[in-house]
Amino acid sequence: MNKAIAVFTKESFLVPVIAIILGLLVGAIAMLAGGFNPILAYTALVEKVFGSAYNFGETIRQITPLIFTGLAVAFAFRTGLFNIGAEGQFIIGMVAATTVGVTLDLPAFIHAPLAILAGAVAGGLWGSVAGYLKAKRGVNEVITSIMMNWIALYLANWVMNSFFVPKGQQRSEMVSDSAIITITWLSQMFDNARLHWGTLIAVVAAIFFYVIMWKTKTGYELRAVGLNPHASEYAGMNVNRNVVKAMFISGLFAGIGGASEILGVFHYQAILTSQPGYGFDGIAVALIGGNTPIGVILGAILFGILSFGAAGIKFTAGVPVELIRVVIASVIFFVAAHGIVKIFVKPILKKKEGGN
Amino acid sequence: MDWGVIASNLVHDTIVFSTALIFASLGGLYSERSGVINIALEGMMIIGAFTGAVITFLFQDSATSMAPWIGFMAAAIAGALFALPHAVASITFKADQTVSGVALNFLAAGLAVYLTKIIFNGAGQTTTLTSVFSKWEIPLLSDIPYLGHAIFEAYPTSFLAFIVVFFTWFLLFKTAFGLRLRAVGEHPRAADTVGISVKKMRYTAVMISGALAAMGGATISLTTTSNFSHNTVSGQGFIAIAALIFGKWHPAGAMGAALFFGIAQAIKSLVQVYGLTKYVPTEFIFMLPYVLTILVMAGLVGRSSAPAALGKPYETGSR
Repeated sequence: MNKAIAVFTKESFLVPVIAIILGLLVGAIAMLAGGFNPILAYTALVEKVFGSAYNFGETIRQITPLIFTGLAVAFAFRTGLFNIGAEGQFIIGMVAATTVGVTLDLPAFIHAPLAILAGAVAGGLWGSVAGYLKAKRGVNEVITSIMMNWIALYLANWVMNSFFVPKGQQRSEMVSDSAIITITWLSQMFDNARLHWGTLIAVVAAIFFYVIMWKTKTGYELRAVGLNPHASEYAGMNVNRNVVKAMFISGLFAGIGGASEILGVFHYQAILTSQPGYGFDGIAVALIGGNTPIGVILGAILFGILSFGAAGIKFTAGVPVELIRVVIASVIFFVAAHGIVKIFVKPILKKKEGGN
Repeated sequence: MDWGVIASNLVHDTIVFSTALIFASLGGLYSERSGVINIALEGMMIIGAFTGAVITFLFQDSATSMAPWIGFMAAAIAGALFALPHAVASITFKADQTVSGVALNFLAAGLAVYLTKIIFNGAGQTTTLTSVFSKWEIPLLSDIPYLGHAIFEAYPTSFLAFIVVFFTWFLLFKTAFGLRLRAVGEHPRAADTVGISVKKMRYTAVMISGALAAMGGATISLTTTSNFSHNTVSGQGFIAIAALIFGKWHPAGAMGAALFFGIAQAIKSLVQVYGLTKYVPTEFIFMLPYVLTILVMAGLVGRSSAPAALGKPYETGSR
């Protein structure tokens, strides 16, 4: 038993690493089954990402929302909640940012922060609905937050169609220049890749995650409730309020992600035909990152590279981009079933011990 | 407008749209009654919808009207196989069952579209099937005004779904197998003590679960949509879970709840047919099934009665 614990504390980095390798292997098998060359495809993926300044910049663009949704899912996980609704909170963050960005006319130093704040609060409130239903009504947050994702999708389309999309078009009017957070000089350095302040905000958000979770009383309570709600209740903590609070903060992260996608990348909001998928990838990011802020950033970098590089495997090796969805899902599966991964970890550890 | 015709159409459409939910929630019932959370119903439905459509496509020229049946059976087999990793992870490796289920949902969504693109030369959806299930009319009974169209004119899969409800009730509450299945979900230690293999029962239950959920998915692609695309299932697996909880993990209850949730989709389709979209924005009609699910779940304060050992991996020799 002690040995098993040692595997997951000292060598805890091994489990995600092996889960990633196994996930890539599943992807390779799927490619072989489809008649593709996996080596060619994975090489194309890496070449796509690191091949040009533009693509490298766009990969950073791809990584940014994943940090936000990863933080959202990880924060909820830490408090014992499974926030599968980061997707919906992300969408609502987009809607709020678009609304503020298009309708208001303010100086830049107020407008952009206000639009981001609106996205954050909207995402937080959207998340806290699932938290409230869990706390007051005992409804499983997984089911409610999935339903909230679909509601968010259609609500966003309704808001856009009713107020912001000019007749006959598929996207909203542009947000005012004063609300845009694109970093022009940096973008120009990367051949007009869409780089924006959101990336910096994401890193700040990760620090905020760390501080609030491990350096404040709020964070202590949230973690306690996550580890043992009964003991926390007995110790005088208000479990219900903490559940709502956790989902609100979790939604804040996802909401900012949505807002910075609008203000930094697109500058308009398109009518959605399906879920954007950042919230779902956030689950993979959080799990692979062990629900820690630094782990989330590393996980987001990995999955950002995979998602953006997917275009490369399509172009060079002809593999449908959904292959990457298969890889990411497999990684989540192997992290969940780390018992399977442990089979692969053991021999590696033994080898190390033998070397010593 | 003739209100009798509208009511008749509403009941008719409710049965059409509920069928997939009935299959899937019964699927969830087997798994959860045995103690394994199955949040992967959505993914299993996707695999079923995909397999059903593709196999029917392959056979529709040679087997014509039998093709959808071949597709339907193939979907059940594919669903059972797809459920296997969930069983391995949650029973043998004692993984977090919710996370494992979510992973399978993503896997299904990715894999099905990936394979669709390979089979159909890069298209994100299958071609429209020429041979799908056509409605059966029960002789004489279907001639009854209003009621005949409402209830006695339906897809064969709908009739099958109601038979499976009865069969499941009988299996679960009237046979030794059913007693064992419920026992490992309520008190696995006691079941183990009297010589029931907890693992074997749970593996069986999870695989039946996959087969039934996949039949639900195949119902959609082989009746209402006539093809498979990324949004064929769109959250119905989760609505099926809500139906299971709302129906208190009982076959008849799950069926009733599934019919109730089916109304939302029937309304969605009728509103479009009768051109009422000028009064209610389409987006709100699309939201309806999801809003209704949340409202119903929120109304069930403390009344859920989940199997006692649900979600708990069984450790031999633990107390």
